[in-house]
Order: sequence, then C-alpha cells, then structure tokens
Amino acid sequence: MVVARLEMRGISKEYFGNKVLKSVNLSVAPGEIHALVGENGAGKSTLMNILFGMPVIRNTGGFEGKVFIDGKAVDITSPEEAMAHGIGMVHQEFMLLPGFTVTENIKLNREITRPNFASRFFGEKLETLDFYRMREDAKKALRRMELDLDEMLPVAGLPVGFMQFVEIARELDKETLNLLILDEPTAVLTESEAETLLQVMKRLSSQGISILFITHRLNEVLQVADNITVLRDGEVVAELESRKATVDQLAELMVGRKIEVTSRSERHSTENVKPVLSIRDLHVDMPGESVHGVSLDVMKGEILGIGGLAGHGKIGIANGIMGLFPSRGSVYMDGKEVRLNSPISALNSGMAFVSEDRRGTGLLLEESIELNIAVQAMQSQDKFLKKIILLRIADMKAIREHAQKMIKELDIRCTGPDQLTRRLSGGNQQKVCIAKALTLEPSILFVSEPTRGIDVGAKKIVLDLLVRLNQELGVTIVMTSSELAELRSICDRIAIIYKGRLEGILPIDASDRDFGLLMAGELSYHRKEAS
Amino acid sequence: MTEQQKNTLPVTETRLERKKEPFDPGYFLRKNVVPIFFLVLCIIGGYYSGLSLPFLANEIITRMARNSFLVISLIIPILAGMGLNFGIVLGAMAGQFAYVVTVNWEMAGLSGFLMTCILSVPLAIVFGWLTGRLFNRAKGKEMISGIILGFFANGLYQLVCLFFMGRIIPIRVPSMLLSTGVGLRNTLDIKAMHYALDNIWKVRIKIPGFVFPIMIPMATIAVIVVLCLFIRFIVKTKLGQEFRAVGQDRHIAEVAGIKVDRVRIIAIIFSTVLAGLGQVIFLQNLGNINTYGSHVQVGTFAVAAILIGGASVKKATISQALLGTLLFHTLFIVSPLAGKNLVGDAMIGEYFRVFVTYGVIGIALALHAWQSLQQRKTVTVEAASEPVSGGGK
Repeated sequence: MVVARLEMRGISKEYFGNKVLKSVNLSVAPGEIHALVGENGAGKSTLMNILFGMPVIRNTGGFEGKVFIDGKAVDITSPEEAMAHGIGMVHQEFMLLPGFTVTENIKLNREITRPNFASRFFGEKLETLDFYRMREDAKKALRRMELDLDEMLPVAGLPVGFMQFVEIARELDKETLNLLILDEPTAVLTESEAETLLQVMKRLSSQGISILFITHRLNEVLQVADNITVLRDGEVVAELESRKATVDQLAELMVGRKIEVTSRSERHSTENVKPVLSIRDLHVDMPGESVHGVSLDVMKGEILGIGGLAGHGKIGIANGIMGLFPSRGSVYMDGKEVRLNSPISALNSGMAFVSEDRRGTGLLLEESIELNIAVQAMQSQDKFLKKIILLRIADMKAIREHAQKMIKELDIRCTGPDQLTRRLSGGNQQKVCIAKALTLEPSILFVSEPTRGIDVGAKKIVLDLLVRLNQELGVTIVMTSSELAELRSICDRIAIIYKGRLEGILPIDASDRDFGLLMAGELSYHRKEAS
Repeated sequence: MTEQQKNTLPVTETRLERKKEPFDPGYFLRKNVVPIFFLVLCIIGGYYSGLSLPFLANEIITRMARNSFLVISLIIPILAGMGLNFGIVLGAMAGQFAYVVTVNWEMAGLSGFLMTCILSVPLAIVFGWLTGRLFNRAKGKEMISGIILGFFANGLYQLVCLFFMGRIIPIRVPSMLLSTGVGLRNTLDIKAMHYALDNIWKVRIKIPGFVFPIMIPMATIAVIVVLCLFIRFIVKTKLGQEFRAVGQDRHIAEVAGIKVDRVRIIAIIFSTVLAGLGQVIFLQNLGNINTYGSHVQVGTFAVAAILIGGASVKKATISQALLGTLLFHTLFIVSPLAGKNLVGDAMIGEYFRVFVTYGVIGIALALHAWQSLQQRKTVTVEAASEPVSGGGK
C-alpha cells in the first residue's frame, strides 16, 4: 500500500458555535485526482482553508483533527507553510495582474534576477530582472501542461480559461509542488475550456501530482476523478470510486436531506391562473450573479421559488427587475410593460423588493425603525407626507402610527419605533425590511435570501410570515434562496437557474435527484449530447 | 493518451500569439487625444504669437532643460499606483533648504551646486518617508492628500523661514535676512551658482539673420538623459517590478508576498528626492530663489505638464513626460502673446496662461475618465451580449 500524499483525519471545525465540519476524513494518493463535491455551505471551502493554513481558521479558534502529508503529521499555520509542504492552491478568483505578461505573473515576487553595478551597493532589490531565464521557466511550466501559449502575452486579453492555466502554471513553477488544490476550476469556463482543463489535470496527475478539486459539475467529476468524496452539512456522506458512481447517485447524495415542510394548509394550483408577471429574455449585468436570458411567468397568488447554486444568477433576476443593476429584456406586469433600469417605475408598477443585502441595500442602519419602514413609500408613493404651502413635510404622526401597527403585526422585537435598526438582531432587521416592502402595498413581493445570516428560530418565523402574507393578503411572492429545503417548505413551484438561464421548473415534491441534476446543469449537458 | 486524442485538444486549435495590430488612425487619435489637442493649441498659439522660430526654440530649450527633471520625478509614484504625486512640493522645499545652507556657507560655482544637490538628498528622503507614511494611511486618495499636504508643509516652511532663520537657526550672511535680522528675504540671491551646471558645456548654434544664437545647455541635458536611463533601469529591476505589481493591484501583490506599504514609501522617497534635485537644477538656471514662492506651484506645473504629454493617473512614460514638458512650456510662452495679438488685450493672454495650468489638469483628467468609461461600456456590452455556452438550447 502506498503512503497517501495527503491524509486528513477527524477534522472538525466550529464557527462561533456553529459546527461546519464534523469529523471529516479525506485521503489522496500520489498522482490521484480526488473530487470533493457538495452544495454551497457543505464545508468544502472550510476544509480547503484548513489544509492551506488560511489565517481565517486560526483567527476563529483553530480546528480539531490531524493532517498528514506523505505519512508525516504536519501543522500548517500559514499559506507559506502549506506551499513549503508542496501544496499549491488555485483560488476561485484569479490572482493575476492583468497588465503583466504571462511570464511576469507566473514569476510574480519570485523573479529571477542577476546582480549589477547598483545592486552591489543598494542590495538585491536593485538586481536586474533576468527575463530570459524567467521566460524559460514559464515555458517549462506551460509545457508541462502541453499548452501552446505565448509566455509574453499580457494576461489582460486572455480568455478566462487561459487565465486559469496561468494560475496553474504559477503553482507548477514552484519546484516542490506535489498537491494541487483547484477550487471550482471550471465554474467560469466555457464547455471547451473546461474540457481542456480536464485534459491538463489528467496530464499533471500522470506526472505524479495529486489533485484535489472542488466542483459542482458532476459529469466532470466522473470524467476525470479517481475517487470522490461527497460532503453534506459538514459530514462525509459518501466516499466513492468514480468508476462505480453515477451522476444521479451523486446528485442525490449532494442534495438529499430531511426536509421539514412547514404546515401550509393549501397550495395553489398554478393551472388556469393567468400570469401576473411575465419576464422575457431578461439579461442582468450583476457582478458575480449575471443573468443571460431568463424567461419566466409568475402566476397570480403563488409563491414562486428561485433556486440554484451561488454565482449562477438567481439573485440577479430580482435585482435586475427592480432596476438595481443594468439589465435588458422585457418585463410585463399585468400585460403592461415595466421600464427596466428604473427602480422607481418598478416600485410604481406594484413590485416591492426585500434585498439579500439587508444591511447595505435594505436598511438605513443609522435611522430609526419607523423611518426605515416609511421611507420607500414616502419616496415613491407620496405617503406619510403633508403639504404645508409649497413644501412637503414628513407626517411623523402617521409614520409613528403605521410603524407601531407593523411592529405589532410582524412581531418586531424592539424597544420602540425610534430604535436604530443597527441595534436589531438579524431576524428583526429582516422583518423591518419586509414591513418596508409591505408599506408599499405591493401586488408582487420579491424576497432574496430572506434567511441568510439569521438564526434557526428566526428563520422559521420569517418563512411563516411570508406564507401568512401570501395567504391572508394575497401577495404574490417570488422568493430567491440558496437553501433548497427552505424553498421546498413554502413555495408552490421552484425554478432552478443555471449559468444565468432557466434550467427548469419543478414542483416541490420532485425528487432530490431531479433538483440536484438541474442545479448541476446536467440536464442541459445531456440535452446537448442528445442533439 | 492516443495520438488521435492529442490532436483534438481544443488548445492547439486556439493557439494564442501576439499579433501586430494594423495601424488604425481613428484609434491612434482617440488614444492620443490629449497631446494632439494641446499640440494643435500650441501651433495656433505659435502662429498668432508672432514670435520668431529661433527665439521660440531658444526659450523652449531653456525651459525644457530647467523643468524636465521635475516632471520626470512624477513617473515612479504613477507606476506604483499612487497617482500624481503633488507631494513633490516637499522635495522642492528640500532643494531650497539646501540652497539656504550653501548660500549661508558662501559656496559658489559647480562645487556649491554639487554640495546643494548632496544636501538636498537626506532632507528629501526624510520628507519623502513622511509623505509615504501619510499616503499609506490615505490609500486611494493620494492625490488630494498630496495637495493638502503641500499647503500644510508650506505653512511649516514659512514658519521656519520667517521666524526660525536668524533667531533659532543662525545665519551668517546678513544679506539673506530681512532688515530686522529675523526671517529670510523674499528673494534669495544665488548668483554665485547661477548656470553652475548649464555652463559646463554649452553649444551655440548661429542662425543666419538673427542676433542671438540658439544656446543648448548640453551638461544639463546630459543629466536629464542620465535620469531617463536611471528610470528605465529602475523599472527593469526587482524593485521596479514590485512598483508595477503594487500599482496594478495592491491586494494581489500582497498575496504574492510583496510588502506593499514599504514599496509605496520607497516610491514616494524616490519621487521626492528626484524633485529635490530637480528644484536645485531649476533654481541654478534662474539665479535666484523666490523664497516664499518658488516651490508653491512646482507640483501643479509638473502635474499639468505630464498630463498634457498624454500620461494618466495610472500610466506614464518618460516620453510622455518629455513631450508634456515641451507642449506645456510652449503653450506657456506663446499663449499670452497670442492672446494679446488676437484680442488686443494682454489680460486675455494672462487669463489663458492661468487656464492652461489649472484647466489642463481638469481637461486631461476628464478626458481620461471619459476614455475609461468608453472602454468599460464596450466591455460590459460585449459581456452581456455574449451567451454563456452550456446553457443548452
């Protein structure tokens, strides 16, 4: 039996009392490609941060368990140490300087220099760069991937896929590298670029480099990985050989969990109901969550869920319709077209939005609860204003009355309507956001990530509140959430977004497998295969 | 892996190479809009000023020799991503303090000039270090901090020159002081060192039909050439690479292990020291120091010059600095006369001169902002209209 290149035993990690990793074991052999799959928040990144000695781990109280490299127990406390142990990591965001050439990026801060007249007096900082040798090294690293890339090109104009290769080349150029960590390497790549990357990974593994890669794309996993570890809620739920695994099986393992469905007396049937909101070919340029042509109908009186993995654009949809990010396409509200890129016309047409960015977009943190609740209605609907000659002045009495009503009805726990929203807990802040949106008396309410950063008890309260609004006031709700379980507990239908497009709409009782497949984009992959 | 598989690798199909772009006049114009705009102004101004070409050439050469050093001192901070260093005013002060010392020691000629240069360096290093530390606390706001720092430093400078000189700091030469015996005079005579550098080697070119020959101060120009070579050398060293890395992205540089704050301070020290030497060269050409005025506009003038040359807040080259100095000072010479000849009013010319110095900074910055906005627009439109593959049909 060969000694494992990397072995992690019994790794546990807590963030502020919240267990994100529970006794995880992982083992990677020399030259093995090992895939780590799991949903957002399954603990994959935390595990990699531990392995790479990121400061965030130490700053939050360290971790339990042991890490072995080539059979020896090691204690990695910083990225530098990880590198010294031969671990290289390619992060999801590129760490490349666009104005530098490929060579300069590969050799960044590890430049080869030669002494000159001035450096003899002023130290090695003034040594001349030896571009010839730097280019040779860069070429060598690129050649190991059998890539035909001009090493003197500036990085700025390169296709995204090649930037990824430059990142890998930089790791390869470090002589000691024997374990390469790739964090969602194919997330930003096109199909053909991803294909090339997989080939490169195979080549590197045949040169004896172990690769640990994190991904959501299940077909890729089966294509290149030797072994697969599936994480769910901080636990290893399965360790498989990829020869024996199937995409369906992985999807089920990744998503599957017990779902506690909140009691909803009746669900709406979406048949024979006309759409209240029609979205046609919507494109939204929201950084990190861009949308590329979504068409979707929202039925009157329903709760529509929008799900999908982070970065695929589900959050962009509501933000685009509400005019917060540049968008194009067309949106019809009750048959009338709504002007895009204009928050005020979105509000005027009867839509309201509870932002996922509660503390940034959602609230004026330094203002009172009552003002936060009233401000949007004052701006867009001239509510709570009284006219004194030519001036329009805030009607503080009306605002106070309304705020007190809202506080009572939504059960906002506070010292009074004049408390600053900064001092409220996450759940109560969210309720203020919802109260603000309700004050507009919307016919459609967009809610983005309503339970993000809220503790478990408050989550249920917020979700129940949304259900009540829907049932008692008849508000149509479009809820965007990363937590599938949450969507399944209150929605009527769930639309899954993949790569900025609508991948499919499923009823809530569809199987875990179907949801997993849609979220990983497997359906469009197979459709393509078939066509 | 089989041979066939190898051949079908997508990478080999899309081999990327450096290509030579064909010359596109429209692109050339857009890219160099700032210097071209000011070149046109210079030509119009030169035509209407009625100045003879040899006279103009003489003036321009003198001013080029006098000012280039100061303008070039701005390049390194731009490379390091710190924008236009208005803090070179402090370097100029260091140069002037050095002159106060050498005049007080009654030094003269080339040796006096060299001594002044040597004395200005340690002072400029201290000023540069302080400036750099300030800028590290105001990352991203270096330019406005630099302007305000200039005002603040001017206050301290006046305090030292008006109240300390002669009282706390002993001055041997009475003619330097005001009649009360405390505080420096408005004008400090440095006749003893006038043209100390310029006179080492001057070439005179006689133009037939004109009384005055064109004088070229070869020694000063040689010093400027050496400085240009020095800047080029620095850029090619490890330190230069760090300047450029920090200039592009502080965060990525930091992750790569570069000590960002330290590199930024070094960049500012370089700039301040060069500005100090530049001011010493500038003043030896003038022959006297306006004690309370010579340094005040050094920053603004140098910044205006480098911007006219086509440099931006993020990118500057030696040729841009030299071209900018040429255009700026040509405009400076011809605009008052051209204004007078065109409108018949000398005031309009004076107005134009003021407009040139301050307006130029505004126009150049606005043009640059417009350019990058255009660029950003095209990028986002392309990104938005490009469908992501894998979405399926």
